Amino acid sequence: MKHHLILKVITKFMVGVIVLFGLYVQFHGDYSPGGGFQAGVIIAAAFILYGIVMGLENVQKVMPIWFAQKAAAVGVLVYALTGVFSIIFGFEFLNYHAISPEHPKHGQHYGIILVELGVGITVTFVMIAIYYSFAGRTPRLDDKEW
Amino acid sequence: MASEIKQGALELVNHLPILQVITPMLIAPILVVFNNKTLSWLLSFVGALACLFISILLIQAVSDGSILTYYLGGWAPPIGIEYRIDAANAILLLLISIISAIVLIFSYSSLHAEIPEEKHTLFYSCFLLCLTGLLGVVATADIFNVFVFLEISSLSTYVLVAQGAYLDRRALSASFNYLIMGTIGATFFVIGIGYIYMATGSLNMMDIAERASQLGDNRTIQAGFAFIVVGMGLKLAMVPLHVWLPNAYTFAPTVVTCFLAATATKVALYVLIRFVFSVFNYEDSFVNELFFLLLMPLAVIAMIAASVIAIFKQNLKKLLAYSSLAQIGYMLLGLSLMSQKGLASSLVHMVNHGFTKAALFMSLGAFMLNTKNVYIKSLRGLGKSMPFTSAAFLIGGLSLIGVPGTAGFISKWLLLEAALETGYWLVAILIIVSSLFAVIYIWKIVEVLYFSESSESYDEVSVLTLMPVWILALFCIFLGINTSLTVDVANMATEILFK
Repeated sequence: MKHHLILKVITKFMVGVIVLFGLYVQFHGDYSPGGGFQAGVIIAAAFILYGIVMGLENVQKVMPIWFAQKAAAVGVLVYALTGVFSIIFGFEFLNYHAISPEHPKHGQHYGIILVELGVGITVTFVMIAIYYSFAGRTPRLDDKEW
Repeated sequence: MASEIKQGALELVNHLPILQVITPMLIAPILVVFNNKTLSWLLSFVGALACLFISILLIQAVSDGSILTYYLGGWAPPIGIEYRIDAANAILLLLISIISAIVLIFSYSSLHAEIPEEKHTLFYSCFLLCLTGLLGVVATADIFNVFVFLEISSLSTYVLVAQGAYLDRRALSASFNYLIMGTIGATFFVIGIGYIYMATGSLNMMDIAERASQLGDNRTIQAGFAFIVVGMGLKLAMVPLHVWLPNAYTFAPTVVTCFLAATATKVALYVLIRFVFSVFNYEDSFVNELFFLLLMPLAVIAMIAASVIAIFKQNLKKLLAYSSLAQIGYMLLGLSLMSQKGLASSLVHMVNHGFTKAALFMSLGAFMLNTKNVYIKSLRGLGKSMPFTSAAFLIGGLSLIGVPGTAGFISKWLLLEAALETGYWLVAILIIVSSLFAVIYIWKIVEVLYFSESSESYDEVSVLTLMPVWILALFCIFLGINTSLTVDVANMATEILFK
């Protein structure tokens, strides 16, 4: 903890705040500027910041590579299955009326939240995976070499 | 402006246009979640079979000239995305689905030889995404949606081509070249879409056609058209823009080469056809003259020059890649004649050449399982030790030349007829000259296969490997004898397009 003490302390504090803000952007996407993509990037930024300051091994303890890879796929599945859900109930692909046929407006609302959730999950973990594959390539600089 | 609420109104049959596209898209992430290579292959194959089944249903539904439409999310066309299936794209959907299913059978044995096992799941996932992209481009009637799907297919293609790096590191630079060129092409294409949207305010093909006809002579739309032709020219490897293709096909894994050679460039050409006939007005002078003054000479140059280059290539994959360029020349030529017959020949040649080239590349892949490379000298005398694979290659070669009784003959004959009907005698002669060059380079290989002594003896490849090769070879013959599937549907398609 000798090196970059201030950076490390601030990072530990900031990571939580960044994730919280990301979640706000995610779930307020339908009322205010934002949405799945922006939220995903913000949440991924928290992990990337942690990785930059604490080192790749430490962030990969929190978020293993395999998890990032699979979670990215799960996000796509959430999106696609929302569409398939509509098909099963006899509506067009991604017609959110299917979610609540009596209250189409609610259906549209829930539908967009689900789809954006899928987008958010995928963007978060794809961003993290991209960071991993770039950061994992170079021989790591030892902290003392700074 | 939501559409009316039709509660549970749609049967599964109504969903066919979208199911065609989302079936592989749904399976791709599932593969990654399970991450098991045998399961991946099985699921991809089942998915491809499902696609094939759907595309057969679709082509049956549209073969009487009707058009299926599907509104995504229930939003009506000018605002929402519309999928629109008619004879022209149903036949391409069928081609893509058949080829993908056959290629997946072949991949079961060939992938082990080319790609490390831990990458198989991701490979199949990418393959399915590529399939999704190609099917989506063909199915949609929304020009921005075309761009999105084109990018899905292209991005996964770059990855797939790069997988050849485990055998030959040059795959990486080939893939990178393709990435740069493909991205420039996509950029041009999207700029063109931007211009069209600027002028008409719509992204739906039918809607644009209607609005553009009211605008009359409009510079913005013409500029958009120019951008789209260049963008698609890059994607379909029109001759001066073709440099990415030979290396990408040569160094990609065989499975990928087969799939791309049979589908990717055809899909780009289909987009061009669709834009010329459904978005722009093919009777407008700027469309007509561009095709007559620019694309026809380029197509003829491709036919001749690429065939000549192919003769001198020692790497057979590269030889066939150059031959693909020449064949793309035929297809472009058919289109640039701007006649019903020309377009029909172009559509038929897309399908016939798809099967022919896939058969050739796949039998090369089967040789490669034994010889480990595809230089012409390593195929010496394989006609004796690998008789079945060699015979399949021979059939593919004959079809490529255009020998009567094979698929290639039908489409070349149609093209000749179309050229003569339009009065381009010189072009018709050049088509024959180009076919003679094809005789030379195919004969070169046949001679090595059958008439030279082998230094080494190999065993014939397994039945599972032979099966897809022979399915394709039999298709080459079947499409040369029974033309009801190709020519009749193509005629139907041209009637719809020329309406």
